[in-house]
Amino acid sequence: MARYQNMFTQVQVRGPLEAGPPLRDASFTRTGTGFYNYWIGKFGNAQIGPVYLGTLGMASLMFAFLSFEIIGLNMWASVNWNPIQFVRQLPWLALEPPGPEYGFSMFVPLDKGGWWLIAGFCMTTSLLLWFLRTYRRARSLGMGTHVAWAFAAGIFLILTLGFIRPMLMGSWAEAVPFGIFPHLDWTAAFSIRYGNLFYNPFHCLSIAFLYGSTLLFAMHGATILAVGRYGGEREIEQITDRGTASERAALFWRWTMGFNATMESIHRWAWWFAVLTPLTGGIGILLTGTVVDNWYLWAVMHHYAPGYPGTGVIDPATLPGAPK
Amino acid sequence: MNRIDLTRTALMAVGGLGIMMLGGCEPGPKQTTQNGYRGAGLDQIVDVRHMIKTAAIPDAPYPLPPDGGPKAGETYQNVKVLSGLSTERFNHLMAEISQWIAPPEQGCAYCHNPENMASDEKYTKVVARRMLQMTQAINSTWSPHVQKVGVTCYTCHRGNGVPAYKWALPTGAPHPGSILGNRHDQNELSPDAAYSDLPTTGFADYLYGSNNIRVYGTTALPKYDGTGASVQTAEKTYGLMMHMSKALGVNCTFCHNTQAFGVWNLSRPQRATAWYGIRMVRDINNTYISSLKSVFPDNHDRKGPLGDPYKVNCMTCHQGQNKPLGGVSMLAQAPALWGPIPAFVKPGAASAAATPVAPASPVPLAMNATAAKPAMK
Repeated sequence: MARYQNMFTQVQVRGPLEAGPPLRDASFTRTGTGFYNYWIGKFGNAQIGPVYLGTLGMASLMFAFLSFEIIGLNMWASVNWNPIQFVRQLPWLALEPPGPEYGFSMFVPLDKGGWWLIAGFCMTTSLLLWFLRTYRRARSLGMGTHVAWAFAAGIFLILTLGFIRPMLMGSWAEAVPFGIFPHLDWTAAFSIRYGNLFYNPFHCLSIAFLYGSTLLFAMHGATILAVGRYGGEREIEQITDRGTASERAALFWRWTMGFNATMESIHRWAWWFAVLTPLTGGIGILLTGTVVDNWYLWAVMHHYAPGYPGTGVIDPATLPGAPK
Repeated sequence: MNRIDLTRTALMAVGGLGIMMLGGCEPGPKQTTQNGYRGAGLDQIVDVRHMIKTAAIPDAPYPLPPDGGPKAGETYQNVKVLSGLSTERFNHLMAEISQWIAPPEQGCAYCHNPENMASDEKYTKVVARRMLQMTQAINSTWSPHVQKVGVTCYTCHRGNGVPAYKWALPTGAPHPGSILGNRHDQNELSPDAAYSDLPTTGFADYLYGSNNIRVYGTTALPKYDGTGASVQTAEKTYGLMMHMSKALGVNCTFCHNTQAFGVWNLSRPQRATAWYGIRMVRDINNTYISSLKSVFPDNHDRKGPLGDPYKVNCMTCHQGQNKPLGGVSMLAQAPALWGPIPAFVKPGAASAAATPVAPASPVPLAMNATAAKPAMK
């Protein structure tokens, strides 16, 4: 006889597919009736669909496809439409933003960054439409809109990097290229240009929230799995009707570190840590170049950069008669 | 196949993939050196087994003869740079140049018409004359970079008519106005940027043009005067730095303190050496190599796609070592290359013409004084 377990040997229930409640305020019906997939059931619910795309979802996917295609085709064209080189060099390929000579102009030749502007516009539109979709779907189900606002925090960081900060700096050349290695190079060059981003306090906060998020995720996931044998994974029920799973989990953390989050508050902790990661990071990006030009020197000014003994090396350009 | 078999197969596939990905690592012993204050991470980590070995330096073709007797300008016709050198030493240097540069099957005939050695009919001879002036200028005026080791023809040529590592101006977009094949001089698998995808325009911008590499903010707060470098400009300098790192076989912290890349008082002295090196290479490319544009034949062994002669960068001399040829000086066997030699003047000619005009010193005199020049007997 199969026994209910909450890890990878989970028993998959098969019966009539669940359609959910009737749709409200919807422009479409759901697509299909859904189906079961055994392997997907190993990781989550075995039922796939039915999906509700609606107007916003369709529009968002259309813009996402446009931006994906513009980026991909630009990369492919850059290797003369050679499919082998496209795959081989893919991590190196890029769609670059306009150069400093174009400032913040909206009218840039396509091959000089114009395609980047169009791709960025399509990506931004797609993200904003998807944000509205998560908001409206949540409202339609009578839920809170926490997912939508968490997503908005991520969109804020993306917009800061690619639009708001370039606008404040008056130059698209400050924006991030599309590409696997190219966007990482941008990150490294950005930090060097603005005097070491590690001295940016908002960068510090963002890292603290990012690492804190992984720590909280591990602590919470481990706690719930550990009390799964008492029904702890039924968290919502445990919030309103605290059972032995919740009691043991709370007791464990009070014994271990003297304090415990509650079944309800742990999810607020997790939400805020996750949301504050891109929010503080975005603020740190926004301040760079606009109000602080060199974070290391700024840290020296505020007496928190560690002082190492000088090496006595003098800038050769300051010596009399130095070559230019 | 039952479920356990499937799981086992899947686990083995994942494990195998993981082991394959380790192929990207570089196993073997590493040598670590701490070069700066503790905790600042100014370390060099060398993969001992893959370290560039110093190439075998050829012995002199025959022992250096004593400096005396008639001057080359007395003995031979059409000697312009080395006329004040003794004939014995002149012949020795010619034998060395032949050994260092000319293909063995051609020897002297690589530059000279064997029927008339004085003739300038072969372009290689005209080039060699300019290169002799260049080598003398490097050793006499760029001592802050080449120090007391100096350079000879061999430092770059290593037995090749054209040095193995060189560059030419980039061609730009293959189809102007189109994205077809347009890599914007970056985002490609190029050894010029050490296979990073950073821009490769750094050679043209900083080793030929005199753009300033200083993109690092110099004040804590912005000046709002429009002089701040863009991130894209920072990427161009970064590409050049990747080249320097690769060419010298070192990482960033060989020169810089990553706490503050641009701060000189936290950097190692090697950064100042490199600073002079950048200007030395710029001088070589502009004053010497570009002046030979009309002399070089129009073929792609000598000129790049835009018709400019091949130029030098850090790799041309360094070839993967922070000191070219492992820091061994070859100048003892070629003392004529230490600097310009006063021209031979026929007795009775005006003495005012005897002293060649020394090239204007591009480096501070105080730094110049450190160059130890052996006395020319």
